[in-house]
Amino acid sequence: MTKTIEEINAKIRSGTVVVLTAEEIIDVVHKKGSNRAALEVDVVTTGTFAPMCSSGAFFNIKQPKDKMKLGGGFATLNDVPAYAGLAAADIYIGATALPEGDPRNSNDRPGKFRYGGAHVIEDLIAGKKVRLKAGAYGTDCYPRKNREQLIGLDDMNDAFLFNPRNCYQNYNVAVNLSDKPIYTYMGKLKPKLGNAYYCSAGQLSPLFNDPYYRTIGIGTRIFFCGAQGYVVWHGTQHNPEVPRMKNGTPRSPAGTVALIGDMRDMSPKWLRAVSFTGYGLTLSVAVGIPIPILDEEIVRSVSVTDAELKAPVVDYSKYYPTGEGEAKLCEVTYKELKSGSIQIKDKDVPTGSFSSYALAREVAQHLKYLIQNGDFFLTQLQAPLPGADEGKEATI
Amino acid sequence: MKRMKVVLNFPEDIVEDPITYHLITDFGVQVNILRASIDPGKQGIMVVELSGEENNVSHGLNYLEQIGVQVESLAQEIRHLEDQCASCTACLPHCPTQALEVDRQSWYVLFDPEKCILCLSCVEACIYRAISVKERLY
Repeated sequence: MTKTIEEINAKIRSGTVVVLTAEEIIDVVHKKGSNRAALEVDVVTTGTFAPMCSSGAFFNIKQPKDKMKLGGGFATLNDVPAYAGLAAADIYIGATALPEGDPRNSNDRPGKFRYGGAHVIEDLIAGKKVRLKAGAYGTDCYPRKNREQLIGLDDMNDAFLFNPRNCYQNYNVAVNLSDKPIYTYMGKLKPKLGNAYYCSAGQLSPLFNDPYYRTIGIGTRIFFCGAQGYVVWHGTQHNPEVPRMKNGTPRSPAGTVALIGDMRDMSPKWLRAVSFTGYGLTLSVAVGIPIPILDEEIVRSVSVTDAELKAPVVDYSKYYPTGEGEAKLCEVTYKELKSGSIQIKDKDVPTGSFSSYALAREVAQHLKYLIQNGDFFLTQLQAPLPGADEGKEATI
Repeated sequence: MKRMKVVLNFPEDIVEDPITYHLITDFGVQVNILRASIDPGKQGIMVVELSGEENNVSHGLNYLEQIGVQVESLAQEIRHLEDQCASCTACLPHCPTQALEVDRQSWYVLFDPEKCILCLSCVEACIYRAISVKERLY
């Protein structure tokens, strides 16, 4: 039995498409078997909502009357520096950028990181205006040297998120073996295995449901913070050549995707600026990726459960920052992580997550309704992501 | 038996009075101090759990009000902003009393102010600023 994307899109058009979330499909495959499930179900939706630091936005700002060349000059939005090394009116602001005057971790450690690039992006999507300050050296064709004004999305020709690395396929579980609390991008870790943090939607996470990147690749249309966006490339640090489970899922961080989407179609419900005490800023984004059930193998992949997904437990006091000591303390399943505590070195360690399972579910449900209502069609991927045996490795 | 958590605000002139001593010995009220910030000559604040016979506790509260201590409920001091909360569960391992918990069916995070001891560990742990605390507790 095989289906094509065209056949599935025809069903979406006629309102007969059958869509389930990556959570709902589990029971169906368990009860009816993968053969019947593949016949009856057309699309499975995945979802995730989590901090993803490698995120940011491109803007093309409408020119004032006397034109100005931002390229080679500088630009800040609400005092947060943007990158201005492009053409006359293009800038890029990254989620983790901080205003020059932010104390960071210097005098009052741990730093609070109250406002930065992620907040600028969030404010603009919420319809607020931000203060642009820009300086240029002036040319014959672009005479203007200074500009300061409030701008919103209406003052831009283009505004789109371009996130070089999102949706990590699996992630480390972070713990602290030292005798002091530490502040990391995986949260505040209490000393001597006081807590453990994980960050994945597990069985709902997009790339866990397509372990060998059969349908998620360049050109895949996605739900992206409320907009319909696209996978445009493999994400930075895409690292598919790692040990895998029998079901194909990686046992450590592996695949990633680069995403793009129009900020005008995004909603503050699906995108949030967040502050990690003592670490910095980042952006939580909602991503939902539909998986077309083209054959039985795909339906088996999307029916993977938290009990069959494993993550490595890593010490962030010594091994992560310096590479010294034990690389992996142990492996745990997402089912164990979601129970509220895991066993490490015979100790019960309470767990918490940075990936919201409640919102991952909302994303997957929302995408399901969009497809059922004929408001979201699937695309054929134009080129696959580098696969598990093609020599693409990342040194992290 | 009555048990209640309250916030006591002391005016400057009585911060040096042994108020907990009087509550315990004169009224038979058990006083469990959860959090206190008291400096001589300045306004003071103390978060306490009072427990004892219902009569004793209410006499104790009357005494506090007579000497000028303002008694407020704890719920006003800390709030879980549900609209801000993304239910990520990062706060959970930092909450010593399970006042913050997640419903493992719906996966939404819930806050029970009755269980909260105002340790404020969650404030630093929350990346969404979904815990709001009155400034004076810091």
